[in-house]
Amino acid sequence: MHRVLFLLCALWLVGCGAGSIANQSPEITVFAAASLTDAFTEMAETYEAQNPSVTVRLNFGGSSQLAAQLREGVPADVFASANQAQMEAVIAAGRIEGGNTAVFATNRLVIIVPADNPANITSLEDLAQPGVQLILAVPGVPIRNYTDDIVAALPAQFQTNFYANLVSEEENVRQGAAKIALGEADAGVVYTSDVTPDLASRVQQIPIPDEQNIVATYPLAPLSDAPQPALAQAFMAFVLGEQGQEILGRWGFGAPLGLGE
Amino acid sequence: MGKWERVLERLWGVLVVSLALLMGAFLVVPFVALVWRAVTLEGSVGVLDVARVWSAVWLSLLTTAVSMFLLILFGTPLAYVLARYNFPLKRLLTLFVEIPIVMPPVVAGLALLSAFGRRGLLGQPLAEGFGITITFTFTAVVLAQLFVASPFYIRAAQNRFATLPPAYEDAAAVDGANQWQIFWLVILPQSRNALLNGLILSWARALGEFGATILFAGNLAGRTQTMPLLVYSALERDLRATFVTALILLGLAVLAFGLTRWLGREEEL
Repeated sequence: MHRVLFLLCALWLVGCGAGSIANQSPEITVFAAASLTDAFTEMAETYEAQNPSVTVRLNFGGSSQLAAQLREGVPADVFASANQAQMEAVIAAGRIEGGNTAVFATNRLVIIVPADNPANITSLEDLAQPGVQLILAVPGVPIRNYTDDIVAALPAQFQTNFYANLVSEEENVRQGAAKIALGEADAGVVYTSDVTPDLASRVQQIPIPDEQNIVATYPLAPLSDAPQPALAQAFMAFVLGEQGQEILGRWGFGAPLGLGE
Repeated sequence: MGKWERVLERLWGVLVVSLALLMGAFLVVPFVALVWRAVTLEGSVGVLDVARVWSAVWLSLLTTAVSMFLLILFGTPLAYVLARYNFPLKRLLTLFVEIPIVMPPVVAGLALLSAFGRRGLLGQPLAEGFGITITFTFTAVVLAQLFVASPFYIRAAQNRFATLPPAYEDAAAVDGANQWQIFWLVILPQSRNALLNGLILSWARALGEFGATILFAGNLAGRTQTMPLLVYSALERDLRATFVTALILLGLAVLAFGLTRWLGREEEL
């Protein structure tokens, strides 16, 4: 109860401040997985350019972190998750209606190593070599679940050695990628979309073969208590539409299965 | 005094008290809410939670014990030198000693990574020459704590050493005590409370260290995941473990603060 009162007070203060400056220019808040940082930043810019009256506020974070915030009741209009599990968690909390989700992108996993590849990694199998310093995301973050799925299909000995090489579990993919780019660890597993132009110049990519790889699907949904329901729908349509898909493709994402491919 | 002035005075009083009450409530309510949340959280604490929380508690106690030992071993001489000797660039050194107090811990972590990381200024020769890597290890956790927590102890020790009346030492010297004896038998006993006080503050700071640790030492349960890191990374998956750990940290902070207060009162008597 205290928390609610305090929030109301804070909202009232913020509302007064904002109200006196801008005259209620509509604003939508989009919660998006950390791996969507670049794609959704461009998405928002393009959308704002085409709808000058609308402001898109973006909140990036690990999907599980965002889902935790949404379960706590943080106001938002749209949630774009990096996996179905975190979307389900928000649905279970009653803030999203199950029937309203749509898959808008797919992603694959890739191994990254520092530019000079100090541990001489050339394949997925090499990640289990003794002494390799491996960084993964913390369990519960979608990419960690996908990585665990890939590893679970490999021999038990590989699994033991692979996890023994783990030196850190990072809160989100990009934190781990940055440490690998700095050369502090030997290898990590990220989404192909995480290898941004800046990162690509600092790391080498080692592909994971298709038969071992996993296709991550990204669901999107409006919050059922969205402050701007109509705008939330419009923004979603934009993401799922031709322009949105083109932007996602440019940042390394695949089209939803059955939609493009 | 006119009626108007009296009204103004009354208003002034009301204003000050209500602002003070609001600020006070703002500082108190979150703690009450945290405890309330922890107590009313659904479900019981599972075996897995206990194991996970215990490993973080143990790691926190062990790392802070080591970092505090190192702080006493190296920090006391530094405080003594800063208090008793004059040398060029002394002020600059004092500045560096105290900067971690106001520096964001994340920046401290980045600085430590730049110095001791595998590609760092000192870390690279260490890794290439001796095969020693510090990042993502127990040592990294200790170094992060030592770096951010040292100012409290060093400052307290330095102040005490500087204000100690020289008469005692002179008297001891007259009685034939050597430097070593003067330090151990005169200076240290007289500074005991001040040093303990500073050490407790440093310990509390080390116990709460988060930003530098997660950057420099990473986050791995059982190896580098201290209590604050557990609070952060379990928040998304395991609320019970998070709240239990948060309560332990809060309790230890209250304990540390109570101890410094008590020591402070002892000193005055």
